[in-house]
Amino acid sequence: MRITIASGKGGTGKTTVAVNLAISLAAHQPVQLVDCDVEEPNDHIFLHFRADQVRSVEKLLPQVDENLCTYCGKCAEACEFNAIAIIGNKILVYNDLCHGCGLCAMVCPTGAITETPHELGVIESGEADGFQFARGVLNIGEAMATPIIHELKDELDPNHLAILDAPPGTGCPTIAAIHGADIALLVTESTPFGLHDLRAAVGVARSLSVPVAVIINRYGIGDNRVESYCAAEGIPIVLKIPFSREIASLYSRGIPFVKELTEWRDRFIVLHEALKKVATS
Amino acid sequence: MKHTLFLSGKGGTGKTSLAGAFAVLTQGKVLADCDVDAANLYLLLEPQIVSEGVFQGIKLAIKDNDKCTACGKCREVCRFRAIDEQFNIDSYMCEGCGACAYVCPTDAITLSLVDCGRWYTAATRLGPLAGAELYPGEETSGKLVAMVKEKAMKLAEEAELQTLLSDGSPGIGCPVIASISGVSSVILVTEPTLSGLHDLERILGVVEHFGVPAYLVINKADLNTTISTQIEGFAQRRKLAILGQIPYDDKVTKMMIQGKSAVEDQESPAGKAMREIFSRFAEILK
Repeated sequence: MRITIASGKGGTGKTTVAVNLAISLAAHQPVQLVDCDVEEPNDHIFLHFRADQVRSVEKLLPQVDENLCTYCGKCAEACEFNAIAIIGNKILVYNDLCHGCGLCAMVCPTGAITETPHELGVIESGEADGFQFARGVLNIGEAMATPIIHELKDELDPNHLAILDAPPGTGCPTIAAIHGADIALLVTESTPFGLHDLRAAVGVARSLSVPVAVIINRYGIGDNRVESYCAAEGIPIVLKIPFSREIASLYSRGIPFVKELTEWRDRFIVLHEALKKVATS
Repeated sequence: MKHTLFLSGKGGTGKTSLAGAFAVLTQGKVLADCDVDAANLYLLLEPQIVSEGVFQGIKLAIKDNDKCTACGKCREVCRFRAIDEQFNIDSYMCEGCGACAYVCPTDAITLSLVDCGRWYTAATRLGPLAGAELYPGEETSGKLVAMVKEKAMKLAEEAELQTLLSDGSPGIGCPVIASISGVSSVILVTEPTLSGLHDLERILGVVEHFGVPAYLVINKADLNTTISTQIEGFAQRRKLAILGQIPYDDKVTKMMIQGKSAVEDQESPAGKAMREIFSRFAEILK
């Protein structure tokens, strides 16, 4: 089974749920945790992780041989991302805009364009706290997070229960993390911001035909608007984590709360059973 | 134009709450919600839509199965895993580059523009606002952010206003980079957790990479004073000026539920801290 933990709004507790769920289940079955928030990966802060393997994720950037270039403009015309411009007898490549599709090299009539790899980020994998762990890290200043997430998903071992920690938002990186999951577990808080972004996340999961379940975190702050929404939409609320200074303090220090509040381990195991039912119903 | 952008790296640290407070306290400004994935600023503003439209950001490859001979050339050239073994195109994977259409010998594939979201401008209780929302499952938030900024600049021009406040999105990738270009200062909002500090370091790297002056605010600073001190040390080493610290205060959420900012509650300790941060920032901009 593949569980993607997402939220829409940032800071609602995705990482908390992902890490505590992985630790609780790893005592009973093979688990793999994958941190897909490659822009701001945080899972490792809560784990004893040393990467056994590190590999680059690259995109191919065009290199123009100006001796061969006739400035015909076919590459600039073909590029859907406006990543190449020709100004008189000068050709400019905007690396940040380039998606690395290779079309410019294909259309060039003189073979003036070759492609060279450019690192977008890295993937680290290994063992942590009794389970398999992998994370992607986008290099500072790079814009394209999704290729790293797609390659992270190549790390998934079908013999393991996979838990994917998605990035916040509802854009391409979040879609990449939810695409192909058996269930999207959406972590929210019952505030106007939380509900607004939960709706958006539900919209994304449904557009990808992935079933959803909701966890209300910091239960007790805010009001009952998330419960009303879930009741109206027929979305199961599978766990409520109360607002507690103790949980917040453990989080702040990078300690998974199931390590101190051990009664929560069973609750995460029960949660997993509930998720199996939602995923197959 | 004084253009201030609120960023954080980590989500949920309080960007929108602080941007909302600045919106209450700043005279004569335009607001832009550049978090098009999870746009929340308008929830504090009582917006009345003035103009709106559909945003078509990207093209997607569409195949005419009657013309397709299943030759597989498209799948060979696609670098985005968007074409499966049966040569179906997965629209969620397609980047709209057009390589498949170029190599197709029977012209079975065409690129067509898709509706990705909706942009709007609005009159609000705190001034003109430009914003947008991505449709569920749609992409290209970067281009949509660029469009929101363009609309906001135009609003400022029309109203002859010199101040623009933009609420950004979490992360360090595409939409964040799109929101940074051209701004005059970035206010980074962090929280005293190891995750907050880790993410601050990465977003500061991005802001420095683009050469924009940055200032720091530590939100919920009293939730872990040890880590708040650690963040202060980090800021000092990186020559990042701290505008102030905001204490944890449940009035922030209570006011949010009423669609208001904490600075609109005279009793709120967080509101008081935000007013001080605002004055300090105004002093620096002078």
